[in-house]
Amino acid sequence: MARTTFSLGGVHPNDAKYAKDHAIEVLPLPQTVYISVAQHLGAPAVPCVAVGDTVKAGQVIAEPAGFISAFVHSSVSGTVKSIGPRKDLAGNNVTHIEIAVEGDDWVDGVDLSDTLITEIPADRAAVLDKIKACGVVGLGGATFPTHVKLNPAPGSKAECLILNAAECEPYLTCDYRIMIERTDEIVVGAAIMQMVLGGCKTVFGVEENKPEAIKALKESVARLGYKDMSVLPLKKKYPQGGEKQLIDAVMKRQVKSGGLPISVGAVVQNVATSLAVYEAVQKNKPLVTNTMTVTGDCVPDEAMHNYMFRIGMPLSYIAEQAGGVPQDAAKIISGGPMMGKAVANFDACTVKGSSSILYLSESATKRHPEGACIRCGKCAEACPMGLEPFLLNRLYKAGDVPALEQNAAQDCIECGCCLYTCPANIPLLDNIRLAKGQVMGAIKARAAAAKAAAEAASSEKK
Amino acid sequence: MTSTIIWTIAILAGLGLLLSLVLFFIAKKFKVEEDPRIDEVEAVMPGANCGGCGFAGCRAFADAAVKAPNLDNNYCPVGGNEVMKKVAAILGYEIKEKAPMVAVVRCNGTCENRPKTNIYGGSSSCKVKASLYAGDTACPYGCLGCGDCVNACQFGALSLDETTGLPVVDETKCTACGACVKACPKSIIELRNKGPRGMRVYVSCVNKDKGVVARKACSAACIGCGKCAKVCASEAITVENNVAYIDFTKCRLCKKCVAECPTGAIHDVNFPVLKPKAAPVEEKKEENNG
Repeated sequence: MARTTFSLGGVHPNDAKYAKDHAIEVLPLPQTVYISVAQHLGAPAVPCVAVGDTVKAGQVIAEPAGFISAFVHSSVSGTVKSIGPRKDLAGNNVTHIEIAVEGDDWVDGVDLSDTLITEIPADRAAVLDKIKACGVVGLGGATFPTHVKLNPAPGSKAECLILNAAECEPYLTCDYRIMIERTDEIVVGAAIMQMVLGGCKTVFGVEENKPEAIKALKESVARLGYKDMSVLPLKKKYPQGGEKQLIDAVMKRQVKSGGLPISVGAVVQNVATSLAVYEAVQKNKPLVTNTMTVTGDCVPDEAMHNYMFRIGMPLSYIAEQAGGVPQDAAKIISGGPMMGKAVANFDACTVKGSSSILYLSESATKRHPEGACIRCGKCAEACPMGLEPFLLNRLYKAGDVPALEQNAAQDCIECGCCLYTCPANIPLLDNIRLAKGQVMGAIKARAAAAKAAAEAASSEKK
Repeated sequence: MTSTIIWTIAILAGLGLLLSLVLFFIAKKFKVEEDPRIDEVEAVMPGANCGGCGFAGCRAFADAAVKAPNLDNNYCPVGGNEVMKKVAAILGYEIKEKAPMVAVVRCNGTCENRPKTNIYGGSSSCKVKASLYAGDTACPYGCLGCGDCVNACQFGALSLDETTGLPVVDETKCTACGACVKACPKSIIELRNKGPRGMRVYVSCVNKDKGVVARKACSAACIGCGKCAKVCASEAITVENNVAYIDFTKCRLCKKCVAECPTGAIHDVNFPVLKPKAAPVEEKKEENNG
């Protein structure tokens, strides 16, 4: 059936969607939540509550600090106990707001009912404001503030809104579950974003390993009857859900190095973001809940869950609710096995973008000793960005930043295909990620110098 | 037959002679005039090409030193004052003598003091590890123990101690070139004054967490209590961001702070053992190996 996918590279890991038949369960509230102020890409938000304040669920507790930043809301009702540094899942200190839970009161105006509101508001600016005020960020992984993405710079026009329903990461099933259980809401959310972008074409890109989701979305799109909306099944290949890969798969257009998707007329939004947009615009509900999968290769079927969680719940609490950490688990990952982060601190709390607790056994995660590169070229074949990982690795070791830039290290999307295919187990991604950082640093320094020079020149003229 | 061989030899010899003449005249005509002092200076340099001076190698340093108006900004840390005196003699400059320095590892997080909270299974590079997360102990500031500094050292002065998991500096080999300082992603290694007969006192911790948190992560962490700063007569100690720092230009090596520190985060090295009273402190020092 589906014959479309992105053109370059990619790998085929076992999709291992073991938890796909577990319906979404709502997690009970813990006694305390710790809400991070850095839950989005960009500047961390600034807390705007004080210790001792009583807050309601859905109340703003931190305000954006800059253009690319987002509001953070309380996910529970209760009393603010403390505001201070707490370790995130990588063990680094981030400011968290600690709230002791008391009851479950929501702020006025939030509609918690299940009734579907299909009517799309027509006022574009008001809708954007609402999305911003509700703190909606991209839930596909990067947590980029959605209101910024839906408001392209003047002069650029969106031709196609792509709904990222690929969920190409193995194991994860939370997007799949919301596509099955909350299909209509996702479709309405998509229609709202379509309106904001000026009524462009809207395509759901779904991988063909989720036939039930394709069916449900197709039925819902037909039933709700929004204009120019379609569902496109895609051939299964990782990293289909990468923004640039999905644009290539759906529109057959390639984003230039350093360019944004809007430069080829595309805007990509995750289905979970679409649901958050629906809740924000139609129900006034801020982004304080999301779905996550608890799964793994050493987890018995009864211990697998798809949960609806509130932001700020400790991961250890969720694990406890799911039946404890399995005995064979050697590594705990938050996110998918390809791009997710290993959890160094299990007391870390969920954030807007949390998508899983993944338990992997030692055999699945153990790194094998590094060998010598035999120039087989598998990494270059697998790279979905058309880079040459083996070359970048060598250039990084030589410390040649200009050559790294020439060979486009900055275009790496950190998908991990190179590391996945390398028969010599060379830590390609680890090194290229650092190389990318160096190149980005050099580019930024150059831009800053150019800006300073231009300013100096213009002030001289005056 | 014979004539062919003779002709061949004659032609090739003639050709060789002709081309060597061409090369000779071209070399004369396009000779690059270089200050002969560059060669002289290069000859007295240590020749390690380590880059510790900030230049690409010893010749680049010699070139810069010859062209510079004085030697204030050019100093070879490897050769030290001895080499710099020779350089100054060749160039007719004066040098300001610098006190010899040595690399100091400011982390006390031995396996015993700082228990592991997770197992790191990734690429064995401190840089990679630091980019991924805070590390395999509860201290996000401490040594990661993958040995980037050991690999960076061209003089074999650093090695990883297997029992403590920390790098150890061999003072006799360390030239204070600073390669390890640049290689350490956690900025733990510092170049400090070598001190008279190698005696020096320093805070072996860079943990900026609050005392309780730091202490929980590592039993020998600086908790920023400030006792050392109070007891210090020469105002060499400052406590900033919950961590003490001893200014080696002011420190008079009285060791009062060492006795005062409740966690043993302040180390004294190379002090002679005088009284039996000082013995426990000395023992500790050897364990941690400065």
